[in-house]
Amino acid sequence: MRKGDRLKEKIIKKEQIGKWLEKLGKDYEIWAPVKKNGLVSFYPIQSAKEIYFDFLNSKKTPKDLFFPQSEVLLSFPKEEVGKEVKTILQKPRIIFAIRPCDAKSLALLDQVFDSEDYQDPYYVERREGILLVGLACTHPQQSCFCTSVGGGPFEKAHLDLVMADLGDGKYFVEALTQLGEGLMQRDDSLQDVQEKDREKLAKTKEEAEEKVKSKLVTKGLEKKLDKIFDSPLWDRVHQRCLGCGICTYLCSTCHCFALLDEKDKARVKRIRNWDSCMFPEFTVEASGHNPRISNRERMRQRVMHKFNYFVERYGETACVGCGRCIQSCPVNIDIREIIEEIRNE
Amino acid sequence: MNDLYHPRSVVIKKTVIENEARDIKTFELVFLDQEEREKFEFSCGQFAMLSVAGAGESPIGIASSPLDDEYLHFTVKRYPTGVVTTALHSLEEGSEIGVRGPYGNFYPLKAMEDKNIVIVGGGFAFTTLRSTIRYLLHDKNRSRFKDITVLYGARTPGELIYKSELKQWEERDDVNMYVTVDRGEEDWKGRVGLVPNILSEVAPSSENSIALVCGPPIMLKYTMPPLLDLGFSPERIITSLERRMSCGIGKCGRCNIGSKYICKDGPVFTYKELRELPEAAV
Repeated sequence: MRKGDRLKEKIIKKEQIGKWLEKLGKDYEIWAPVKKNGLVSFYPIQSAKEIYFDFLNSKKTPKDLFFPQSEVLLSFPKEEVGKEVKTILQKPRIIFAIRPCDAKSLALLDQVFDSEDYQDPYYVERREGILLVGLACTHPQQSCFCTSVGGGPFEKAHLDLVMADLGDGKYFVEALTQLGEGLMQRDDSLQDVQEKDREKLAKTKEEAEEKVKSKLVTKGLEKKLDKIFDSPLWDRVHQRCLGCGICTYLCSTCHCFALLDEKDKARVKRIRNWDSCMFPEFTVEASGHNPRISNRERMRQRVMHKFNYFVERYGETACVGCGRCIQSCPVNIDIREIIEEIRNE
Repeated sequence: MNDLYHPRSVVIKKTVIENEARDIKTFELVFLDQEEREKFEFSCGQFAMLSVAGAGESPIGIASSPLDDEYLHFTVKRYPTGVVTTALHSLEEGSEIGVRGPYGNFYPLKAMEDKNIVIVGGGFAFTTLRSTIRYLLHDKNRSRFKDITVLYGARTPGELIYKSELKQWEERDDVNMYVTVDRGEEDWKGRVGLVPNILSEVAPSSENSIALVCGPPIMLKYTMPPLLDLGFSPERIITSLERRMSCGIGKCGRCNIGSKYICKDGPVFTYKELRELPEAAV
């Protein structure tokens, strides 16, 4: 370890976090996991007291901070096209306690929305200057499989700063970017790291990684998928599927959307809503023709897009192993089982 | 903030009902701001999103030639279940609508120079081919291309679109025109026969030739074998795909086939590329 690196690591006591965030709150809007009505999601907070630190992961992904489930893109008085109404945020944001898997998903979404040819202005404007403060996963769940898709409970990629709960009332804090370092330096009461903290961190990390029980072999999966487009496997894996779309709505990498108009007496709004490849209407054309006629084709599209098409286009799997689709599927469809079936096909 | 999703305002200057069923209409659109027309640089085969405020947007191929620099043409078929196409058809001349684009790739006009061009179209999917024919036959361009053969068919004589133009082209001696219908009518004196069959009869040479084919999926399916038989290699057969679209710029995921987005990587594909796509219609 280089000498400078130690300066980028600090220890913060749990009771100090409130003070630290208070300082950060002067310049940033802080979004953190908050439990409301039994569900954990990211909300803007005024005080660290609102944060629910013991969350496993949020029910919904934080992607909607950049790509809201519904947003007005344009609004115009009737029959007057092209008048812009600006709706984007003013103050820079920190997403506090984002999980490593969700941070990775944002990097994947960046490739789609902030591509070389067309930059989606709404996404890019929200994303610019956003700081990601990660919270390592010390309690991965049964449905987690991040380590099978290139991630890990203590993965640092795409974060500005990462924190890990050492279990003794202390958090290990590591700055990963200059901006992250800036956040750390806002509070001079953060303590220096002791050797035993470092040992504790290594042990906590190892234990967390062991808790990720699912070990899928995803190497070569995209090549395999190339060959089984017409396999009878697709007749089987969709059978239980209700086509409810929850897997895509809660997915941290799904990004399909629909543009549509809403109007009332005064004005017309062009709205962007999340959409889902699991819905029949997703591909149905004005003529009535639908190139994906059943759940079979739609399920295949979802799997192929994540594990084959996206890999071919962007070089990475469009799945971060967060397991939300597994937890929330009403008929217990498990993407891990589908991957296994594909491998055995 | 850039204005990626913002339509430009255009006025419907003229409409032409193209067919007997009166559900195919060509809209002549003029930009409110002529500067916007100059910025709207497109090539044959591209499309744009047309929008009617309150109804939404729809992807429509550009039917005018890039050299028609004062207006844009879009030929739109109205479907009973199509919200935007129905709204468009209900508009009077003088109404204002939105145009966003141009989007997608285009026919390989550069690679087509010094070659014989075979254009095969069917039904109302003739729109971007019409753009191309207008472009190729323009005084500025005609000499850069060798023989031009156009084969166009519709189900009935009443369903042929761009009738007056078809007539003009038939009168020219620098284009071989073949117009056919699946079913003739009493006063129809032209050809009767399906496009693939007429293609085999006409048998244009594949020597130094490129074929552009656009039509309903069923026509495409049966047009490929005769083209291959005539000696056109799959990379010399160019076609255009359609899918439901929303953004037009490769983000909304709707028109995804394999790793391609029809709106951005297409709509123009060679038959070779098409055969490599997993879900393709042909």
